[in-house]
Amino acid sequence: MIKTTDLNMRFGGLTAVSSLNMEIGKNEIVGLIGPNGAGKTTAFNAITGVYKPSSGHIYFKGRDISGFKPNRITELGIARTFQNIRLWKDLNVIENVLVARHLRMGVGVFSSTLHLPGYMKKEKHSKEMAMSLLASVGLADEAHEAATSLPYGKQRRLEIVRALATEPSLLLLDEPAAGMNPQESIELMDFIAKIRDDFDLTILLIEHHMQVVMGICKRMYVLDYGVTIAHGTPDEIRSNKKVIEAYLGVD
Amino acid sequence: MKLKRNTILSIAALSCLAIFLGFADLFLGRFAIRILNLSAIYIVLALSLNILNGFTGLFSLGHAGFMAVGAYVSALLTMSPSQKEMNFFLEPIVPFLQNIQLPFVLALIAAGLCAGIAAFIIGFPALRLKDDYLAIATLGFAEIIRVLLTNAQRLTNGAQGLKGITKHSTTPVVWSVAALSVLFTWALTRSSYGRTMKAVRDDEIAAEAMGVNITRVKSVSFVISSFMAGVGGALLGHMITTIDPKMFMLPLTFNILLIVVLGGNGSISGSVIGAIVVTVLMEALRFLDMPMNLLVIKTNGLPGLRMVMFSLLLMLVVLYRQRGLMGNREFSWDAIIGAGKRVFSAGNRAHKNSSKNGIKP
Repeated sequence: MIKTTDLNMRFGGLTAVSSLNMEIGKNEIVGLIGPNGAGKTTAFNAITGVYKPSSGHIYFKGRDISGFKPNRITELGIARTFQNIRLWKDLNVIENVLVARHLRMGVGVFSSTLHLPGYMKKEKHSKEMAMSLLASVGLADEAHEAATSLPYGKQRRLEIVRALATEPSLLLLDEPAAGMNPQESIELMDFIAKIRDDFDLTILLIEHHMQVVMGICKRMYVLDYGVTIAHGTPDEIRSNKKVIEAYLGVD
Repeated sequence: MKLKRNTILSIAALSCLAIFLGFADLFLGRFAIRILNLSAIYIVLALSLNILNGFTGLFSLGHAGFMAVGAYVSALLTMSPSQKEMNFFLEPIVPFLQNIQLPFVLALIAAGLCAGIAAFIIGFPALRLKDDYLAIATLGFAEIIRVLLTNAQRLTNGAQGLKGITKHSTTPVVWSVAALSVLFTWALTRSSYGRTMKAVRDDEIAAEAMGVNITRVKSVSFVISSFMAGVGGALLGHMITTIDPKMFMLPLTFNILLIVVLGGNGSISGSVIGAIVVTVLMEALRFLDMPMNLLVIKTNGLPGLRMVMFSLLLMLVVLYRQRGLMGNREFSWDAIIGAGKRVFSAGNRAHKNSSKNGIKP
């Protein structure tokens, strides 16, 4: 599904990600973990086109997408959420989802301004789809409230819904469980597994909550100072000496 | 039921306005008519800046430049050949413009298109910039336009400007264009495209990550805004009937920006109300520029004191009501009636309380 080969991301003298070699198959849920500042989000940003990789390649469905613009990458089927929630604050909940639908609506400025029949049909379809997506995460009642007035957990779910609205085949989740209590985290795990099945997704997630990662990821990559120090199944990772060192430090 | 009441109220208010505008010529003097028409032109201009600044979040200070393009294009296209000959007495006009004379509507559209094309070209380099940098770049553009207008003697008649432009901007014309602009802006901002504009304004990175082509959205918004600015500039030219490059300098942009900020960034009704309030105040406060006799202080007339008042007003707004008169909300009958009811019931309560305490209201 997605594969990175020797992906490097340098900022001046700092190498934030160095030779990342990652491969994810279809319908897998893979974790990307590591201590703070390990370069996880940088790797995400490079994959989604926010940063242009310094060197190396990213292949998505066999196609080299390194250096593409973010909107182009989303168009090809990669959607993401953000670590620090980035909802559009002056739009309400359903509008937040509808903006993400714009990409698939294929309407121009004239047809949408003039509210031509073709546009109205697509708009109606998008609204129905947005509503059913919102209903699936229990946000249907808040559809017309300001997005930023929602409690934190709901904002996170709204971000996931917004990403789903772009009809992705690969979903990148940046710390979806951040700020959640254990109960909410468990619910989130079920939710992630559910959307994988419902939407036929492949998921890569960054997470600090070990419970979440170990619970749903069959495989994971561990980064430390930009270097991949381990990868394997949760059990392998748990007993990996380097990982323990990176997380707990050594005497 | 509720929807019906609001529709009836809107239709009633709009027909009152239409009747008033239709018969304004009969009972208003020339001066009042001029203010009335200027308000409509400022509505067009404020909406155009609001699309850019309020809805897409692009801070541009180049509006006067696009207005100048529109004003010159429309003036040159509608002027009769003999009128052109009279204007261009220093050097003859370029041959291809010499005998061309188009109907006003076509000239108005051409004015908008030329301004739009200019915006499209400027947009390529300028829209890569953000915030203050974009403001400086667009300000520079407006200055370039002014210098070009001053020096392209055979095309624009240089610093002498153009005189005797046909007075096409009558009350029905300007108010029709204003109504069209309101309708257009309303339809645009409520469409899927309008939503992506607001998304770009609120968070560019998120918009891009959700598949919005931000370069295109910004560019389209810039072109639409400039198109309207060009039309507004043309209307202004056809109202004043003389234009020269000095007219289109920063103060003009500032006036429009003032309207948008006072009315509320991102509010259509805010721009409409702001345009009318500012235009009327601009004239009503003219006494400030005249010699005044305030018993204690006597002034011999301070030209520009009027503008000081506006700057003061702007400062107050920025300090105490950052989001302007309307914020980014829109006018609604429900809000008005709600406010009316609150005032009314508060009045009633006050009345009851005071009678209870034995104080006469």
